[in-house]
Amino acid sequence: MTSTSGGYYVPHGSHWPIIGSIGLFVMLQGFGNYLNGDGIGGTIMLVGFLILLVMVFGWFRVVINESEAGTYNTQVDRSFRWGMSWFIFSEVMFFAAFFGALYYARVFSVPWLGGADPGTNEVLWSGFEAAWPTNGPAQLGGEFNLLDPWKIPALNTLLLLSSGVTITLAHWALKKGNRGALVMWMLATIALGATFLGFQVYEYQEAYSSHYNLTLESGIYGSTFFMLTGFHGMHVTLGTIMLIVITLRCMKGHFTADRHFAFEAVAWYWHFVDVVWLGLFIFVYLL
Amino acid sequence: MLVTKAKRLLATLAGWAASVYAGGASAEYALNLRPGVTPISREAYDLHMLIMWICVAIGIVVFGAIFISIVKHRKSKGVQPAQFHESTTVEIIWTVIPFLILIGMAIPATKALVAMEDTSNSDLTIKVTGYQWKWGYDYIDDGVSFISSLATPKEQIFDMQQKGENYLLEVDNPLVVPTNKKVRLLITASDVIHAWWVPDLGMKKDAIPGFVNEMWFEIDTEGTYRGQCAELCGKDHGYMPIVVIAKNEADYGKWLSAQKTASDAVAAAAEREWGMSELLERGEKVYNTSCAACHQANGEGVPGAFPSIKGSAVATGPSGDHLALVMNGKAGTAMAAFAGQLSDVDLAAVVTYQRNAWGNNVGDLIQPAEVKAAR
Amino acid sequence: MSTATAHDTHHEHHPGGLLRWVFTTNHKDIGTLYLIFSLVMLFIGGAMAMVIRAELYQPGLQFVDPQFFNSMTTMHALIMVFGAIMPAFVGLANWLIPMMIGAPDMALPRMNNWSFWILPFAGLMLVSTLFMEGGAPAGGWTMYPPLVLQTGDAFPFLIFSVHLLGISSIMGAINIIVTIVNMRAPGMTLMKMPLFVWTWLITAYLLIAVMPVLAGAVTMLLTDRFFGTSFFSAAGGGDPVMFQHIFWFFGHPEVYIMILPAFGVVSQIIPTFARKRLFGYSSMVYATASIAFLSFIVWAHHMFTVGMPLTGELFFMYATMLIAVPTGVKVFNWVSTMWKGAMTFETPMLFALGFVVMFTIGGFSGLMLAITPIDFQYHDTYFVVAHFHYVLVTGSLFSLFAAAYYWLPKWTGNMYDEKLGKLHFWLSTIFVNILFFPQHFLGLAGMPRRIPDYSVQFAEFNQISSLGGFAFGLTQLLFVYIIWKTVRGGAKATDRVWEGAEGLEWTLSSPPPYHSFETAPEVK
Ligand code: HEA
Ligand code: HEA
Ligand code: HEC
Ligand code: CUA
Ligand SMILES: [Cu+2]
Repeated sequence: MTSTSGGYYVPHGSHWPIIGSIGLFVMLQGFGNYLNGDGIGGTIMLVGFLILLVMVFGWFRVVINESEAGTYNTQVDRSFRWGMSWFIFSEVMFFAAFFGALYYARVFSVPWLGGADPGTNEVLWSGFEAAWPTNGPAQLGGEFNLLDPWKIPALNTLLLLSSGVTITLAHWALKKGNRGALVMWMLATIALGATFLGFQVYEYQEAYSSHYNLTLESGIYGSTFFMLTGFHGMHVTLGTIMLIVITLRCMKGHFTADRHFAFEAVAWYWHFVDVVWLGLFIFVYLL
Repeated sequence: MLVTKAKRLLATLAGWAASVYAGGASAEYALNLRPGVTPISREAYDLHMLIMWICVAIGIVVFGAIFISIVKHRKSKGVQPAQFHESTTVEIIWTVIPFLILIGMAIPATKALVAMEDTSNSDLTIKVTGYQWKWGYDYIDDGVSFISSLATPKEQIFDMQQKGENYLLEVDNPLVVPTNKKVRLLITASDVIHAWWVPDLGMKKDAIPGFVNEMWFEIDTEGTYRGQCAELCGKDHGYMPIVVIAKNEADYGKWLSAQKTASDAVAAAAEREWGMSELLERGEKVYNTSCAACHQANGEGVPGAFPSIKGSAVATGPSGDHLALVMNGKAGTAMAAFAGQLSDVDLAAVVTYQRNAWGNNVGDLIQPAEVKAAR
Repeated sequence: MSTATAHDTHHEHHPGGLLRWVFTTNHKDIGTLYLIFSLVMLFIGGAMAMVIRAELYQPGLQFVDPQFFNSMTTMHALIMVFGAIMPAFVGLANWLIPMMIGAPDMALPRMNNWSFWILPFAGLMLVSTLFMEGGAPAGGWTMYPPLVLQTGDAFPFLIFSVHLLGISSIMGAINIIVTIVNMRAPGMTLMKMPLFVWTWLITAYLLIAVMPVLAGAVTMLLTDRFFGTSFFSAAGGGDPVMFQHIFWFFGHPEVYIMILPAFGVVSQIIPTFARKRLFGYSSMVYATASIAFLSFIVWAHHMFTVGMPLTGELFFMYATMLIAVPTGVKVFNWVSTMWKGAMTFETPMLFALGFVVMFTIGGFSGLMLAITPIDFQYHDTYFVVAHFHYVLVTGSLFSLFAAAYYWLPKWTGNMYDEKLGKLHFWLSTIFVNILFFPQHFLGLAGMPRRIPDYSVQFAEFNQISSLGGFAFGLTQLLFVYIIWKTVRGGAKATDRVWEGAEGLEWTLSSPPPYHSFETAPEVK
């Protein structure tokens, strides 16, 4: 082990990254084959995913052990914080691409198709009127109905916002060294997140039911709706898993009142997911 | 002044270079932008020359300074390095001066752009549709429409024959327009993005499937002007030229009425019963111009990209399905909907041909009337 | 819990053999891996360019069919951009940033290993599409729909390799930023950092901001093709042009990602060989930041012909033109650094000088392209091809050559062969101009880009360009030979290596110790 520059921890070689790369590669290779209609693709993809899982477990185990062994000084801690912040920034930009698509469709492409632009409507799509939501001039996916934002989505907004509060309460408890409250608030946060996901699944089922007939194929509205809420849902799922891991660590007695980067990182992530949801609620459901 | 002197020297050099290549009879033609034949193209040309010379001038100053440093401020001459650095004044100067130069460029550029984008008050509107890999023209007000595709024979492309003067820049049915009239184009595409560009007209515009773009030109000199598709559109992107013939008003009128007569004849042809051999003969021609680019002349396609028609289940199955596929295309693939591109006769002929060529021998035939009914 | 530490002390430093390179967390090892990878990719991408130039040697179809030609163009660009140029700069960052700021290593060494080791897999996936049914992607590196949706079996692998390359870049960039903000030696304030470090800090920020956007864009392509979404299809209310907006929101910053570190390299080299301080350090920093800022608001200059509203065209024209100002500040600074210096002309300096002159030529043609009414004429012609090869080849690539010669003695402890280096410079410079300068003429005369065959009037210049291309390609074999020779041996380099060199990396031995600064140096 090499510890230099005032104890900055520089780990020696690690086999986890290469396992991660292989896992990613196998998974995507399998997924590609699956999409191309190759029978064995799905299995390959699963194998890759499992390799990836093993990597995640293994790598985090090492890091957690090192952390608990006190290997990381405050400078290392700062590195982690910066790293996590920039990672979240990259996620923000990923969502920005989809929000951008939504914005472009609503402000530019649909109005052009519907008439504001002289030629397009007249020559190609006469009869199509610009409106939002729309499944486009060719009515892709057929008639659909909208989900009422003031039902499940509003409830989900409430759930996520409260989970933001509970995780903050958990953080305060951790800082005060109150383990019991910490674990309780964490469990509450997980419960809220899981309930959110449950509702989200339920809402998707509703949407796909013949009553609503709102699917991924429902033109640009369906596309933006499901891509934005879908990627958000995946992030909530990931966030919930992260919360579970952190809760387990809290139960094992990890973290101290002043050193608990992992906890904070997950909390940041959870807040990020929360904020994205607010954007979704406003721009996808309400407006 | 040094700058003007150097500029003159450069101009001489450029002129010399140009004359060297004049050997190819194309003189300046092959070196620089063409002034073209519309007010817009000339404006673009002037603007191009202006900006280019400004850049050359700045280049001479900057490269000149580098050159002087290299020659004079070298260690081998025993110079001691000066120690100056950081000077706010200098920094401001070399921020402000380029900024002013840019404003000087932006003013004429803005003027030109505003003029180019003004498509109002046109005399004639033509709809242009990009297909993989040909152009469709629709004279909206006159009811004339046709498809324009590459006329260069395959033999020239594969070096089996001497290349012609207009190699790759020749089409079967050129776009004909009147001179001194403001022609407005409505540009769109049926499959992928193409771009309609004739350098002499000074403008290019993308043809975007599902959307319509506008552009205009007003040609003041009779003649033939050639251009090409300018947006990558797949395999034969390099083989979808554009030819525009500008005629004076009288000649244009004559051409237009001839076109109308011809299209009446096509309509009439669709009314009658066709025999097998004439359908096959016509079908082969249509196949070679419209389908062979993908499905190949031998009908075997390109494995993995374009399916074989020879022995294809569709081409040997029920004729109605075959016709429907050709007319409506297959969404999400390169197989386009040909209903809008081909006449009833041509569709009937090409389907009949596919069903009976390369050993498909289905034996049935499709009448233009059936196609008409299927529309 | 002492198992981790105990475990650590067991095997000291690196496992031997191949596994050392696979498991390594050392910034120098990883830097070397990046550099080797990018050199390999340069040759693969370059070989494809040779196919392009061979087919274009004369009109008519001689060697390849048009579909394959388009694949070559597409793959050439993807490999050069994502495989050669970007990883090469990341390699330099890995090698140099810790040494320049007085750090023991990168901030997140294990993640550093991962960001590299994703690359070969991504590259493999991309290159393997060449052998798939329907051929490699042939829709251009810009991947515009609907054309790209016509790709054969290669399609999902194109998308996934872009995802992988993106993940790798984001992780690499995060690591670089964190290293720079958190690992500087005491006294190394931000405004004392070498310019190379500064340019990379800003580049890394650009990377994190735009790579996810590219990932989003290609994800939408994937769902449009396989899951029935209609982001880019008018029938469903989407728009193919929407892809272009999202792509270029990534794409334009991307081109600065490929040039800002080059600016950094040149700003290190010129003062060294002029033996004179950089004229305006702080204005260089501000200029870099301004370029980065502007790069976010100019993207649509690649789309002047798609039919934007007039106001949009004007806005993007003005914003694009503005970039000439901060870039000018940089050029003028380099020139005034040389002015009244005491210059010598070792190979790195030659390449840096070549960079300044030829990048500026590329910048001028960029400025011409920015003028919307005339971009209508230039767009999608070889004039554009000439522009971006001047900024990318004589810009980015030349700066990489300069960097290699400049720091190779530091890295290996051996001097490279100066005679051969100079020969490499002169041959490269002569041939690269024969290769790309005539392409300006071709574009102005009306030759579209991305075509395998052209009308006879373009024959002469294409022939000249191809000959220049072959010669330029062969010349690069010399580069490989020089590196190989230097790694094997040669005159021993001093720690300082260059008489005028300033900076922490020159205080280390040549080659430097495995962990750069075990104890942080004092920076006054
Ligand atoms: C390293 C990469 C790089 C760099 C640095 C640049 C720099 C610039 N580029 Fe370029 N560009 C590309 C890579 C790059 N580009 C690529 C790859 C494409 C094509 C993509 C594709 O379609 O495949 C492209 C295409 C491209 C287009 C689209 C063309 C088209 O398709 O129609 C435009 C249009 O505005 C443009 C403009 C510019 C400008 C204004 C700059 C400016 O940054 C240049 C600024 C520099 C100077 C101006 C010179 C120095 C300044 C002075 C000496 C000061 C004084 C000068 C004046 C006042 C004039 N570029
Ligand atoms: C990022 C950097 C980068 C670099 C370094 C290069 C380097 C080169 N490029 Fe590239 N190019 C692009 C980025 C780059 N290019 C992009 C973005 C496009 C647009 C793609 C698109 O339209 O989608 C493009 C497109 C492009 C075209 C236009 C294709 C078309 O429109 O159809 C051409 C044509 O001449 C070309 C040529 C070359 C050549 C000759 C080199 C040379 O500099 C290469 C030199 C290197 C070598 C040759 C390798 C080393 C040597 C060997 C392999 C040994 C063997 C040598 C011989 C057999 C002679 N490039
Ligand atoms: C731009 C390329 C292109 C052109 C031009 C083209 N096709 Fe096709 N064609 C395709 C592709 C791709 C398919 C496969 C579609 C699929 O995936 O099912 C196809 C499929 C077909 C099929 C079905 C074959 C089968 O067995 O599935 C027929 C029949 C056909 N085309 C007829 C024609 C005719 C007739 C023309 C000309 C009038 C034509 N095509 C022109 C690309 C093209
Ligand atoms: Cu049509 Cu290119
Ligand atoms: Cu750009």
